[in-house]
Amino acid sequence: MGTLEQHYKKLWNWLDERVGLAEVEKLARKKEVPVHRHSVWYYLGGMTLFLFMIQVATGILLIFYYRPSAEEAFESVKFLMAEVEFGWLIRSIHSWAANLMIFTLFIHLFSVWLLKAYRPPREITWLSGIGLMGITMAFGFTGYLLPWNELAFFATQVGTEITGAVPVIGSFLLRVSRGGEEVTGATLTRFYGIHVAVLPLLTTFLLGLHVYLVQKHGMSMPPAIERQANPKRVMPFVPNFMLRDVVGWLTALAMLAALAAYFPAELGQKADLFAPAPIGIKPEWYFMFMFKTLKYLPAHILGIEGEVIGILGFGVGGLFLLLVPFLDRRTARGEQSHLFTWLAIATIVFMIVLTYLGYTEVVTQ
Amino acid sequence: MGRVGALVCLGLVVLATWPVPAAAQPPAESCVACHLEVGDDRLATPAKEFGNSVHAAKGFGCVSCHGGDANEAGMEAMDPAKGYIGKPDREQISQVCSRCHSDARFMKRYNPAMRVDQLTEYITSVHGRRLMELGDDKVATCADCHTAHAIKPPSDPRSSVHPLRVADTCGSCHADAKRMEAYNIPTDQLQEYKQSVHWKMVSVKGDLSAPTCNDCHGNHGATPPGISWVGNVCGQCHVVQAELFTKSAHAKIFVDLGTPGCATCHENHAVTRASDDMLGLGEGAVCAGCHALDDKGGEIAAGLRERIDLLRGEYDKAHAILLKAERAGMEVSQAEFELSGAKDALVKAQAAVHAFTVEAVKKEADAGLAIAAKGYERGVQALEDLQFRRKGLAVSVVIILALIGGLVVKIRQLERKT
Repeated sequence: MGTLEQHYKKLWNWLDERVGLAEVEKLARKKEVPVHRHSVWYYLGGMTLFLFMIQVATGILLIFYYRPSAEEAFESVKFLMAEVEFGWLIRSIHSWAANLMIFTLFIHLFSVWLLKAYRPPREITWLSGIGLMGITMAFGFTGYLLPWNELAFFATQVGTEITGAVPVIGSFLLRVSRGGEEVTGATLTRFYGIHVAVLPLLTTFLLGLHVYLVQKHGMSMPPAIERQANPKRVMPFVPNFMLRDVVGWLTALAMLAALAAYFPAELGQKADLFAPAPIGIKPEWYFMFMFKTLKYLPAHILGIEGEVIGILGFGVGGLFLLLVPFLDRRTARGEQSHLFTWLAIATIVFMIVLTYLGYTEVVTQ
Repeated sequence: MGRVGALVCLGLVVLATWPVPAAAQPPAESCVACHLEVGDDRLATPAKEFGNSVHAAKGFGCVSCHGGDANEAGMEAMDPAKGYIGKPDREQISQVCSRCHSDARFMKRYNPAMRVDQLTEYITSVHGRRLMELGDDKVATCADCHTAHAIKPPSDPRSSVHPLRVADTCGSCHADAKRMEAYNIPTDQLQEYKQSVHWKMVSVKGDLSAPTCNDCHGNHGATPPGISWVGNVCGQCHVVQAELFTKSAHAKIFVDLGTPGCATCHENHAVTRASDDMLGLGEGAVCAGCHALDDKGGEIAAGLRERIDLLRGEYDKAHAILLKAERAGMEVSQAEFELSGAKDALVKAQAAVHAFTVEAVKKEADAGLAIAAKGYERGVQALEDLQFRRKGLAVSVVIILALIGGLVVKIRQLERKT
């Protein structure tokens, strides 16, 4: 044992001289996490990060077998699921982790919003977080098409069609996103490139910035807790909070294993470009509230197409969300901001209700 | 030469001497003008109907068939000296139509693919023979099936001879008991045909290639198929079955017994969808009509049914297990595709029944049974894999939960210390 310890110390010293491990250790030991009744929300960001790491790992394994062309994509996924050892598990976990990651990301976003963690000096942390949310949804949208099955094909057709309704630049956006006028093999190759190269690159930058800022500013304490006079409780990040984080990650892993075993990702039918669209085409659940809203809007509002109004509305909504730290002046001044709390609750209710309606209303066309 | 020969010669002489229109004539304006003006429906209807016909569309006029001179404004237009024949007699009708329709050179200008043997066919038909040999003018002639003036090509759904309307057109006479009384023939053909799988294919599935009256009886040469050659008629579509049947023991026996080949088991007009129940000696089995278990034929019939049932059962079993695996999320599409070979073998075995030997059916059924067995094995394997996956993942969940438990204990210890 003594020899092992000596070897370990030797290695530590060797690394310390070269990369400054002692400073990192000191930093880690110094780092503290506030303990209060809202501490549970601190785990969501880490859980999202963990699921993202699973996505990277399983995604790399999928790339070994996946072939990004209209002729081979479906067959390669089928081969992966039927013939490759544990191929079914890798695909199922990639699919489920994607959904769980978006779910935890949404919870993380709304917990940060409701706890007003975006207030100075964490505005850029918020901006990078919103950017990461956009990237994650783009990951979901581009990844959904890649198996090249019937549902994915038509959902992408509908989804890209919506970009076509954006005023002025709509037709340009449509052609850029589809790689032509229609959803074809060119769209698939393009989505693949975006999914495995462009989005990971952007994520690396934004995630790096986001995590750096979280480390720099530490965990934000909710204003209500901050205003309390009694002394604040804290726990060390290493090992207490980290171990708790690992509990969260393992819980997510157990959920993924159970989901992959009992609800494996399906493949469906291969996309047929000339077949009529099947009834009840639905987007992924995280786009459902937008899709349903656009469906509910009347054909024309004040002489403008309802769909255009809807898209502009979501554009303005997205911009508002991005600028929340700058618009919420009361929180920035350290005052209570009920308006922004209610706006967050209204947004959550709106998303849940529209998503629920999207899955329960009888499909008529 | 006999009466038929004389009539054919007469027909040919008429054909040779009848003035054939050099080309489509201008619309018969004077005929139509008068026929519409006199206020008599009997005269106005033909003029109205002709306007929508294929002949009018191609530029022919009334005089093309009726003769006369359409340029004359009054009754002079109907001068026999100018070839006017009025309403052709029933004996005359086929001659009038065939002036153009039997002239290959002339017809080519309008429809190069169109047959020109309608008259030749007609004089061999029961209709034509009765008309020409017995002078029976109640039988069908061209205008009865095609209508006199509103003639449209058979491809036009409004045509009286479109595949969807042929049965009703034939039935307008053949389902008329009073009209058929003199001929002493049944009148239930239309009713029976409309219960058949053939009519279902035409009318429900919209498959216009499925047979209607003329496909089996011929159209212009309409004749009931003879007992010895009914198989040839059915064999036009059911090639494999007909070939096997022709070589089988039944082919000769049925002729000797005076029973009509295919129709003995499958009916003629009321052909229903063939099912496995027709085979063997059980209830609804047609074999049981002649055979019993204690004769050789009955033994073969039971053997045939046994093979077919076995293959169907094994196919269903394999299909069910693959479906179960698929619904549980297993990827078995390749196995399902391969299993379709067993279904094909079943169809081949069902066709092979017409050889009436157990060996012929066994040969096809055995191939299908091997495929079905492989499919079933793949299904079992898929379900076993599924169980293995579930157990494996359940074990990993337990391990993860144990890790979580350990960590929680560790965290508590840590926090107790601090």
